[in-house]
Amino acid sequence: MARLALAGMGEEEIGASVTSVAGIEFVCDPMGALYCEADGLLIVSDLHLEKGAAFARRGQLLPPYDTHATLRLLARVMDRYRPRLVVSLGDNFHDRVGSALMPQDCRALIVEMAKGRDWIWITGNHDPDGVSGLPGTVAESMAFAGLTFRHEPAKGTEKGEIAGHLHPAATLRRREKSVRRPCFATDGDRLIMPSFGVMTGGLDLAHAAFRGLFDRTRLIAHMIGKERVYPVSFAGLKG
Amino acid sequence: METPSETSEVPSGADLLPVAFRRWFAEKGWKPRAHQLALLQKARSGKSVLLIAPTGAGKTLAGFMPSLTDLAERGRKKPGTAFQGIHTLYISPLKALAVDIERNLMKPVGEMGLPLTIETRTGDTPQGKRQRQKLNPPEILLTTPEQLALLIANAEAERFFADLRYVVFDELHSLVTSKRGHLLSLGLARLRRLAPGMQAIGLSATVADPLDLRKWLAPQTEDGEEAAADIVVAPGGARPLITILESEDRIPWSGHVARYAIPAIYEEIRTHKTTLIFVNTRSQAELVFQELWTVNDDSLPIALHHGSLDAGQRRRVEAAMAENKLRAVVATSTLDLGIDWGDVDLVIHVGAPKGASRLAQRIGRANHRMDEPSRAILVPANRFEVLECQAALDANYINAQDTPPSGDGALDVLAQHVLGMACAEPFSGDALYEEVRSALPYADLSRETFDRVLDFAATGGYALKSYDRYAKIRQRADGLWRVSNPQTAQQYRLNIGTIVESPMLNVRMVRKNKLGSLGRGGPVLGKIEEYFLEGLTQGDTFLFGGKVLRFEGIRENEALASQTFSMDPKIPAYAGGKFPLSTYLADGVRGLLADGSEWHRLPDQVRDWLEIQREVSSLPQRDQMLIETFPRGSRFFMVAYPFEGRLAHQTLGMLLTRRLDRMGARPLGFVATDYSLGIWGLDDMGELIARRKLDLQALFDEDMLGDDLEAWLDESFLLKRTFRNCAVIAGLIERRHPGQEKTGRQVTVSADLIYDVLRSHEPDHVLLQATRQEAAAGLLDIQRLGVMLRRIRGHILHRPLDKVSPLAVPILLEIGKEPVAGNASESLLAEAAEDLIRDAMQI
Repeated sequence: MARLALAGMGEEEIGASVTSVAGIEFVCDPMGALYCEADGLLIVSDLHLEKGAAFARRGQLLPPYDTHATLRLLARVMDRYRPRLVVSLGDNFHDRVGSALMPQDCRALIVEMAKGRDWIWITGNHDPDGVSGLPGTVAESMAFAGLTFRHEPAKGTEKGEIAGHLHPAATLRRREKSVRRPCFATDGDRLIMPSFGVMTGGLDLAHAAFRGLFDRTRLIAHMIGKERVYPVSFAGLKG
Repeated sequence: METPSETSEVPSGADLLPVAFRRWFAEKGWKPRAHQLALLQKARSGKSVLLIAPTGAGKTLAGFMPSLTDLAERGRKKPGTAFQGIHTLYISPLKALAVDIERNLMKPVGEMGLPLTIETRTGDTPQGKRQRQKLNPPEILLTTPEQLALLIANAEAERFFADLRYVVFDELHSLVTSKRGHLLSLGLARLRRLAPGMQAIGLSATVADPLDLRKWLAPQTEDGEEAAADIVVAPGGARPLITILESEDRIPWSGHVARYAIPAIYEEIRTHKTTLIFVNTRSQAELVFQELWTVNDDSLPIALHHGSLDAGQRRRVEAAMAENKLRAVVATSTLDLGIDWGDVDLVIHVGAPKGASRLAQRIGRANHRMDEPSRAILVPANRFEVLECQAALDANYINAQDTPPSGDGALDVLAQHVLGMACAEPFSGDALYEEVRSALPYADLSRETFDRVLDFAATGGYALKSYDRYAKIRQRADGLWRVSNPQTAQQYRLNIGTIVESPMLNVRMVRKNKLGSLGRGGPVLGKIEEYFLEGLTQGDTFLFGGKVLRFEGIRENEALASQTFSMDPKIPAYAGGKFPLSTYLADGVRGLLADGSEWHRLPDQVRDWLEIQREVSSLPQRDQMLIETFPRGSRFFMVAYPFEGRLAHQTLGMLLTRRLDRMGARPLGFVATDYSLGIWGLDDMGELIARRKLDLQALFDEDMLGDDLEAWLDESFLLKRTFRNCAVIAGLIERRHPGQEKTGRQVTVSADLIYDVLRSHEPDHVLLQATRQEAAAGLLDIQRLGVMLRRIRGHILHRPLDKVSPLAVPILLEIGKEPVAGNASESLLAEAAEDLIRDAMQI
């Protein structure tokens, strides 16, 4: 996976893409995090920590390495931006018991990352009870700097909302070939984050679940490439 | 069932037949055939037996002779006697074949008044009947490998199989080379433990190496003592009459459709009763079918049959075929195996057959009577295929065989079996290891590997031991392994089997109303792979089920399509049924190229093609490999002609481009066919060779199969596809069952993501080992590549040319048809991003 390889790359090679939501400027980082320089605010979404363990509890013994791999990526992003505030936009854990049963060494990684900064855990449909035994504050949603942060996007177009939940991915078609990548999706009023967890899939922007959420004439998919983020207009995806 | 011979003298062993049999043969005016009696005789001596017989030789009756005679002598079970388990188990690769056999076996059994019941048990058997079969088993049970796996994983398996005397494997040659065969071999090992006196009987078409099959039927032992079943070989039938289609029209340089031959094929259909038209891939089937209907001025009943079509439609075609209502059927390998199909008097094979044994079996579909010759026509789709058809024709006349060997047992299959055995009853690791090794594919399995597979089945087999509390099977204080909970057994039953299909979606016809919106659904036409549909946008046209369809979109888990009158569809690129050229035929083609005295048998235009090639370049000797280098446009080309099949050439292409890149020759890409490999780049490779900057011997050295291969494998997308199959078979990922798919948000985890995480954290995991093993044998054809590299060492013939040669034309025409993977997708992204910038800068 491109992002797993990125974790080992040097600082100067990172090709982030710039966007703005309700007039506030953000960078879309190729690791899948959103950063606002002005406020020292870092946003990630849909970490789905302990997904492997959640499946194992139901008899499907997926590799137990996903939590560690996701946290390692997160640590890299933290080192790069050194944010004052971290917002994790829900579905932080794949199931309700995930945060309580998480192995000690992974818990320690989060404690270490949270030192000297604020951390908000927004609740999601997978983890409606929030997290337990971890630093930071649990909230259903958050208003900050004129923006609203919540897990599931509200119905209809909404000015100044940053949400997750849908795991947007875009498919680009050119010359009878197609490339599908996770993306940040924004029309300038609302932004939907890509999922950050290493064992999470994507949902195509053309899917009905995205209908009515964006002004498609202004919709841009910031597609996550190997080393860069590529902004492509929704209309331009078909080539 | 085939009618026994009416001519031969009563052979020795006829006295083995019970009275009912002798009377039956006499009433029919028939005599038992020599091989039927020979098999009976050997079986009576207590041995397992392999019967090799051509189609139409009374193979099925022979296979059942030991059990029928045994049951005839045993007499009917008296009411009120104790439970009796099944006496004979018959296993066939196809459900339809089991049903067919039931019908054919009932007749003689009824006429002889034999005291026995015959029943089938397949995926379609209703639950109530299954239960009843367990309580009151029939004497003879006809079933499939998957059902056998379910039966032996049942807690009552011991009771059910305790009285088993015979197990009959039909079409054994087609089963053993796949993972299905691996699972079946483990099932046989278990049956042997449950019923120690049981004998195995294998029925097979002619194969290259009968010893392989004989060993498969017998328990292997540790001391290496040769353990093999006895063998009976029935004499071959009349020689088939095979010709290569002669056509006035120009034979194309490349391609696979054989459009040029359609009028000639149609003419053959008109002049025969029933014609079977075989093709190699489903997309070929669609195209040939469509082309035939465009010339079908007489509206002859011509049908289509391939694996993605709706099952109901396939059954209708089969039924119409059996009733002789069709004049022709265009079919893929789904019709390969021995079901009886009415009066077929001609087989046409479009495209080269790729293997001599496959051709022999397909030809055997025509004229099911041994003493009359089958009639077949080969239709090469391009010039190289003319050579290949000629080689196949020669091979068929000398009865050459090129079935592949059965290969090492797959570890994902073993993992599935281990879990199944725990569902049946608690087992000891030592005993199960011994049992597993008695199966031929696992005879060389090390204890260490077995233990890793066992660990995988229990807790996932990870170095990080965090799943002990979620173990599916556990070793208890008595040392035996048991299932942890009933849920595990249920999961096992849902995930059984080794056939993993790509995720498929139903294709449903819809009609557009006047306003342009879609009406409610019409009929389902069949299934298409999801990845193919994902590549379509609304309005794209494609060919499916013999119709040109317009793609309308995906709603929930169905693809919607409407009728269109477009005549030029986007071709369905879905995979399936692409066989590589067999080693045997490849050698034949090389021989034909080298020997000009044989060319008089080829069509004029093909002969001219070779003669010009000989003049402007060279034709390699049988043991040589020709390499041509030439410029064309702004590029430089290198074309090699190993004739080792597309898979091996693809692997070779990947490895060679890596090497050329390292040697500074700046390669840009490559394309592979069954016959040759073309590489193009920015530098003149011919000049580099001449100036000794590029050493061909070093370039084609066998050591490329070392580090280069490892490095490439790690980043290859091919491995991901293989991993998904292994993960499903091993039970790591659950199968998707129809109707179970959730809409919208995904609830499953993509196998690609699991692969990435596992590879970066535990590259030596047993499932990755299984994946590499399978890819090396299958997709990459590494063994064949290795043999080829050894063969050509010191025999490379380099011809620097100033322009493309006749032999190189076909491969140059393939360029641009192949998808490009790897870094190309990044440049597509960059290009699209630049579009956005350009749009933004416009005032």
